[in-house]
Formats: sequence, structure tokens, C-alpha cells
Amino acid sequence: MTSAYLDFIRMRFLMMLAYRVNYYSGIIIYAINIGAYYFLWKAIFGEAETLQGFTVIQMSTYVAVSWMARAFYFNNLDREISNEIVDGSVAVQMIRPYSYLLVKLMQGFGEGLFRLLLFMIPGMIVVSLIFPLELPTDPMQWLVFFAMLWFSFLINSQLNILTGLCAFFFENSQGIMSMKRIMVDLLSGVVVPIAFFPGWAIAVMNWLPFQAITYLPSSVFTGRIQGADAWNALLVQVVWTVALIVPILLVWRAARRRLFVQGG
Amino acid sequence: MLAIDVQQLRKQFKVQKNREGLKGALKDLFKREHTEVTAVKDISFGIPQGEICGYIGENGAGKSTTIKMLTGILVPTSGKLLVNGYVPYKDREKFVQEIGVVFGQRSQLWWDIGVIESFRLLRKVYRVDETDFRGRLDELVETLQLQELLNRPVRKLSLGQRMRCELVAALLHNPSILFLDEPTIGLDIVVKTEIREFLKKLNREQGTTILLTTHDLQDIEALCSRVIMLDDGRIIYDGGLDELKSRWGKGREIVFQFTEPATLSEVSAYTAELAVRWTMENDVTARVWIPKEMNVSDVLSRVVGRKEISDIKIIETNTDEIVREIYQSGSADSPRDLSALTGAGEAKEEKPAVAAGTGADKP
Repeated sequence: MTSAYLDFIRMRFLMMLAYRVNYYSGIIIYAINIGAYYFLWKAIFGEAETLQGFTVIQMSTYVAVSWMARAFYFNNLDREISNEIVDGSVAVQMIRPYSYLLVKLMQGFGEGLFRLLLFMIPGMIVVSLIFPLELPTDPMQWLVFFAMLWFSFLINSQLNILTGLCAFFFENSQGIMSMKRIMVDLLSGVVVPIAFFPGWAIAVMNWLPFQAITYLPSSVFTGRIQGADAWNALLVQVVWTVALIVPILLVWRAARRRLFVQGG
Repeated sequence: MLAIDVQQLRKQFKVQKNREGLKGALKDLFKREHTEVTAVKDISFGIPQGEICGYIGENGAGKSTTIKMLTGILVPTSGKLLVNGYVPYKDREKFVQEIGVVFGQRSQLWWDIGVIESFRLLRKVYRVDETDFRGRLDELVETLQLQELLNRPVRKLSLGQRMRCELVAALLHNPSILFLDEPTIGLDIVVKTEIREFLKKLNREQGTTILLTTHDLQDIEALCSRVIMLDDGRIIYDGGLDELKSRWGKGREIVFQFTEPATLSEVSAYTAELAVRWTMENDVTARVWIPKEMNVSDVLSRVVGRKEISDIKIIETNTDEIVREIYQSGSADSPRDLSALTGAGEAKEEKPAVAAGTGADKP
């Protein structure tokens, strides 16, 4: 059975490879984003040496690594699940002896793996040649970062799954999906690092799962969180990953009860 | 042991009500109103192992909902449900390992990859042993003649080709029960026949229990020893097909084509002493309905010779007509006669109801 799940990763990977045009356009979009944010932050810094404890180089590194990490953890599981629910093909998934949500997660991972290998790593090399970045020198830092990246993927996918399952309860979940997307981009720290938010907002965000998606791993990567704090950040991610399982299972269970397969 | 045991099964859906107009839409924004729809209303039936059972009914009668409950996709609102000894929705992952399902209107193959890739993936999903898989696949590919399709991507298959592949996909893990939801929908007659033959063989050789829903009654006639007829969520007939035919097909009809115009009173007069009913189709064509007990020759001999006839046709009621009539009356309990069936516009005669078939659920 495990080999079946692995096959779903492999298949999605191959499928991504087959639809390469999406991949090329993705590279361009990410390049534009990183460039735009780099120049934006440079303008904001102006003459200043540091802002909220960020140096210009740290900031560029933060922007670059945040967007590259986003390439890995980002997926459209919410849209996929919601579509399958709306068009009724979720019924076919239910007659197979596997866990639907786990299969979805695997497909998301196949997609992430594809972008990690063909997009994030080469992209990071190119970006580090163009912009002045400061990459970590401590191998431990790299290790913790990659571990944290894996949890970023898990937490983001869990939020996506939760959003996608809303389609069971609402006739149209488009609004919820775009709301989730904006919330993840804004509150996870891709657009603005959380340190730049006002104090009360930071206090609130510390209790939300979003910061664990981008802000924590990117802070570890840029060296803003170090040593024991880095391990703490990883722990926060683990706690959120485990905690998010509960609402997913509850929603899934409720959904099974009221599953309404469209189209008879 | 019963392969499928259903008792007092019920399924209710909550359906959102959309109120009319702008005001209604605004109201809906804050407080949605729901209506309860009961798709399946306390039905009971049992299907023994190795039987092929047809499950028929109009659109929206609750067939698909029942199938979805039997396969563990939907959770019933109330009632008892046991398939293969499992409660489908409870032990879903273990239960589905032993059943095969084909939805005529939905593909269960992966759209983007080759057929054989889909099969290989299913082998892993169902944890089928490699040698078993090989043997089974070869056999299925042989009988359904899929050799040249195996390497094509699913999206490039025609409907008939896809449906044969769907059958293979549903059978790779050797299920003991096969559920088919409109397996022949949209297929041409050649593929339909092939699929019917295949299902018959499967049932004969492997003893696979088959439950199929269909709108094509020829599927039923070709395959099923038993039919369950559903109307508005209730079972209105459960029993043999022959029984249904003999109970409902109460007679034959002769169509006379005369060489010169005839009137209804004229032709009725020929058979005044017989309990037959005449109708005129046009000036020269007359139909006469004859009860089953009566010999066709009795009528023929009275008409032939009295008037010049250019053509005679004898019509036996077919299942399509029987079923259409039952759907229209909404009950299999009150028999009708052939004249009502052919839509001659005569008032239907109410006859005492014949006892329903085995285990029929009377509303």
C-alpha cells in the first residue's frame, strides 16, 4: 500500500513534467516577484542601515528564500479537492481502499518535489548570483531549514485540505479559497516579514499557524532565529502540524455524513 | 449467505432552498432555508450470492443513491445495511477491497496516464499480488480485446473502449460483488452486447454477484434473473422478470390493415361475443387487443373473410412498454391492459390487484 502512495507522488511529478508550460510561466512570475520585492525593500531602507533588526542583505535573503520556499510548499490542493467535490468525482475516490486525503497530500508532495528540484534549487542559485544574498554557512542551519520546509509544506497543505473540504458545506467555496490564499500570503510573512507588523498584530499572529509556513523557516535561514530558538521554531511547526489534524478529521467526518454527490 | 442485505434503508438529503428575487437572495445571505428530501424511503431487499439483479427505476427514483450507500460512498440516514458481511460506510477501506464498482458516467481511470499505468497503480492500491495481477489482466484483456488500447492515454479512448477498460479496472482485484451504475449508457449496440456477454460469463464462471442499474431494459432481459423496481424512493416490484412480464403482459394485439375504410362499430361487430377491444388507428387500420387466455385464431377467424385484409401484425407486449406503463402508474400492483398501454385513449379498467412478487415492498 505504501508503494501506492509513493506512486501518487511519482505520478504527479511526471504529470508536472508533462505540463511544462505552467512551469516556465511560474519561473517568470517568481523572478518578477523576487525582483520587485528586492527593489521595493531597497527603496524602503533608503539610507537606513537596519529596519526592525533586518539589514539590507538579510532582507534580500529573506525575500528570496521566502519566495523559493513558497514554490515548494505551495499547491492547489484546496482547488483540486473542491473541484472533485463539486463535480462529484470524489465518489470514485471513496470506492478505493485508500485514504483520500492522504492521496491528495501525496499528490501535493509530488508537485512540491518537482518544484523543489527543478525550480527552487536552480532558482536559488540564479538569484544568489544576481542579488547580494547571505547564505547560511553552518550546515546545521541548512538541515534545520530543510526540516522546517517539510513542515511548511505539511501545514500549508493541511490548511488547503481544510479549505477544500469546505466545498462539502457550501455551494460555492471560491470566496473561502481566495480568502485563505490572501491570508496565507499576508500572515505567513511572504509579503511582509512579521517583525514589521505592529506589536498587537504580532501577538495575534504568534497564535496563528500562518507564521509557521514562511516566517519561521525564513528567519532560521537568514539567521534571525538561532540556536535553541531555531529548535523552538521547529517545535512550533510540529505542534501546528499535529493540531491541524484534529479539525481536518472532524470536518472529514462531518462531510462523510452529509456528502451529497452531485449529479445523482 | 446474502451478499447484500438491506433493511429499512433510508437516505435523506438537506437541500438548500434558494428564495426568489433580490429580497430572497438577501435573506439567503444570512439565513439559509433547507428542505429535506428523502431519496430512499425505507427499502428492504436481500440479494443472495451469485445472483445478477437489475435495479431499475425512473431518473431520480433513488437508484444511484442506493448504489452509493451500498458501496460505502454515502452514509445512510437510518436502516440496516450489510454487504459482504461489512457495514459499508464503517469499514470503508477494508470493505471496498472486496467490491468492484463501475459508474457509467464517471471514469475511475486516471485521465492523463496510459491505461496500463492506471491498471498498475490500481494493482498497488488494491495490493494485488504481481502474478495474480498478470494472470487476471491477461485474461480480462483477452476477453474484452483491449490489447491495442493498453498503451493509450485514457483521454484518447472512445466511450466504448473506455467502458471496457473501466470494467477491467473494477475487476482486477477479483471482487466478489460488482456494482454497475448504468454501465451501458451511451454505448453502441455492439459494445453493449459484448459487455453483457462478458458480465454473464463473469457471473457464470466466477460466481460474481452483480447488481446493476440501467435504463436499458435489454440489459435486464439479457442478464438479470431478478429485477427490483424503484419509484420515488420505494420498491414497487421485486421479483423475476418473467413474472413481471406474465403479470403485466396480459395479452396481445393484432393490427389489421384493410384494403378499404372500416368503422369502429363495423369491426367491433365481427367479434361481438368476444372480450376484445377494438381501436381505430386511421380509416383503414384497426387494432384489437386480445386477453392472454384467448387464442389469436379466434379473433382472426372472425375477421378474415368478412373484410379484405392487406396486412396483419401480431404484437406481443415487450418489457419496455410494461415498464413504461408501471412508471406512469407508479405501482406494479395494479395491472393494466394493452389498450391503455398503446395509448389508444380508452379509460383504464381497474382490475383487482395481483399479489406482488417475492418480497415486494408495498407502499
